[in-house]
Amino acid sequence: MKATLQTLFALGRGDKAADRVVPPTGFTARLTLFAAAAMAFLAVFALALSLAAARLATSWGDELARASTVRISAPDGQMAEQTATALRLLQQTPGVASARALSEAEQQALLEPWFGPDLPVAQLPVPQLIEVLETPEGYDPDGLRLRLQAEVPGAVLDDHARWRKPLIAAASRLRLLGWASALMIAATVGAMVTLAANAALAANAQVIAVLRLVGATDAYIARAFVRRFTLRALSGAAAGTVLGIGAVLLMPPAGETASFLTGLGFRGWHWVVPLLVPPLAAAVAFVATAVAARRVLGGLS
Amino acid sequence: MGKAHFPGAARIAYAARLMHNRPSFSGDGTGVIELDNVAYSYGGGELLSELSLQLAPGSFHFLTGPSGAGKTTLLKLCYGALRPTAGVARLFGQDVRQMDRDDIAMSRRRIGVVHQDCQFLDHLSVAENVALPMAVAGQAMPEQDDNLRELMAWVGLTERAGALPPELSGGERQRAALARAVIMSPEVVLADEPTGNVDWEMSQRLLRLLIELNRMGVTVLIATHDLQLIRAAKSQVQARVLRIANRRLNAAGVDL
Ligand SMILES: Nc1ncnc2c1ncn2[C@@H]1O[C@H](COP(=O)(O)OP(=O)(O)OP(=O)(O)O)[C@@H](O)[C@H]1O
Ligand SMILES: [Mg+2]
Repeated sequence: MKATLQTLFALGRGDKAADRVVPPTGFTARLTLFAAAAMAFLAVFALALSLAAARLATSWGDELARASTVRISAPDGQMAEQTATALRLLQQTPGVASARALSEAEQQALLEPWFGPDLPVAQLPVPQLIEVLETPEGYDPDGLRLRLQAEVPGAVLDDHARWRKPLIAAASRLRLLGWASALMIAATVGAMVTLAANAALAANAQVIAVLRLVGATDAYIARAFVRRFTLRALSGAAAGTVLGIGAVLLMPPAGETASFLTGLGFRGWHWVVPLLVPPLAAAVAFVATAVAARRVLGGLS
Repeated sequence: MGKAHFPGAARIAYAARLMHNRPSFSGDGTGVIELDNVAYSYGGGELLSELSLQLAPGSFHFLTGPSGAGKTTLLKLCYGALRPTAGVARLFGQDVRQMDRDDIAMSRRRIGVVHQDCQFLDHLSVAENVALPMAVAGQAMPEQDDNLRELMAWVGLTERAGALPPELSGGERQRAALARAVIMSPEVVLADEPTGNVDWEMSQRLLRLLIELNRMGVTVLIATHDLQLIRAAKSQVQARVLRIANRRLNAAGVDL
């Protein structure tokens, strides 16, 4: 732990000499950079997906949770009476904030997209709709359904939960998948850097032996490798993140009718999240290399 | 090439640093490096047994014995690269068993080692390699450049300072290794076959460099099977000769 802290401080300070003791390796360096960039690019998308799914689940939950509908189908003569009974019953139900029968004009507006503007609603056996707004605590839908059944035979309660719940569940699952992907990407970065660091440590066995011989501590030797891989992961991930954000920005803008895909951007403070990708990749690389170096160096005489 | 003199300024600086280093030695015995009844085995039978050795400050020792007798192994025990399988090894009074890897690394800064197969960082210049012990110790002294230049002149490598180690001849490598071993002004220099790859003339030169260090108070231990070299040294310095035979360490016979 102490050695890790020292390494961390030294990393911040920078040490030209310690950097030079390990020979430069062009090809593997570029591979590490590329892999870090690709992983960061994917991570940006996984995060965008998670955050969009979370946003969707919240907004669907908010919008739909509050509104339910009671639909009354009754013969012409009983329509007004049953509507009045249902309204009274609803107003007495705990958890219902307000209940309001939709006017003819409102019902016509609802039907317009399907039947055109000239539909004479009044002359058709269209059911009467009552819009029910819940208090935040909500009501008990099963209890309300039973009471409606007893007093208003033609009433059907549609609390939207039936189709809302699976959608919200799907959105939550999607968010979870996004976070899981981001975690797996981080783990992959760790695995990749560990492999690369092990290869570098093995390839530089002579360098390590010489450094030990002239009195270098393990912390000094480890630092040369840790610094190198941390900087590679940082710069690779920075490039990948920039590309990823660019790609997200190129998604078509979300309009009024925001569908799921067009909503796949970052909003507000969420823009901070992709910016965390490069430092996190660097942190993962730092830990992975430090652990690999400690293991390899500890096994030497 | 016949003359080798440790340059004046560097010599004084070296001696001063050596005096400065001395008080930190707090051995309870009498040697800077002590092996007490030590045994070592690489896993099979014992290679060395019941071996005791004391390197008194400022002493000059030769270590000899047939190839494979364990000279390199013994040197490694002396700088903590190997830990004895039995007995006690002490570096500057500290029991090796109680030293962790960092303690060993720190003790390397007081013990200059010339390996039998001199290894360098092949991507750095000879001068950078010679200065490497200072770099890893975090010491970038202002006078380092002068010191380094004089040291390079002392081992006759001024012309080759910018070359890469793979471009050096065997003798040049050994001189570079010697320069690297002494740049930290160590109290002890352990040299394993320092004249292995060089002709008689060059081996005399390297020997004089080591003798000169010894005159400044540096403890020197040289492993070699070059008996001629030992004879040549004995005329210039009071050297003790140790021989490894039958896994034990003995004072060498009268043949020298
Ligand atoms: N790492 C090792 N593992 C196993 N055996 C080893 C190891 N290093 C050395 N040996 C064996 O130990 C014995 C002594 O080796 P060492 O290098 O100490 O001999 P030496 O006296 O220095 O020989 P030379 O004069 O040829 O340099 C040899 O038989 C060698 O094969
Ligand atoms: Mg040997």
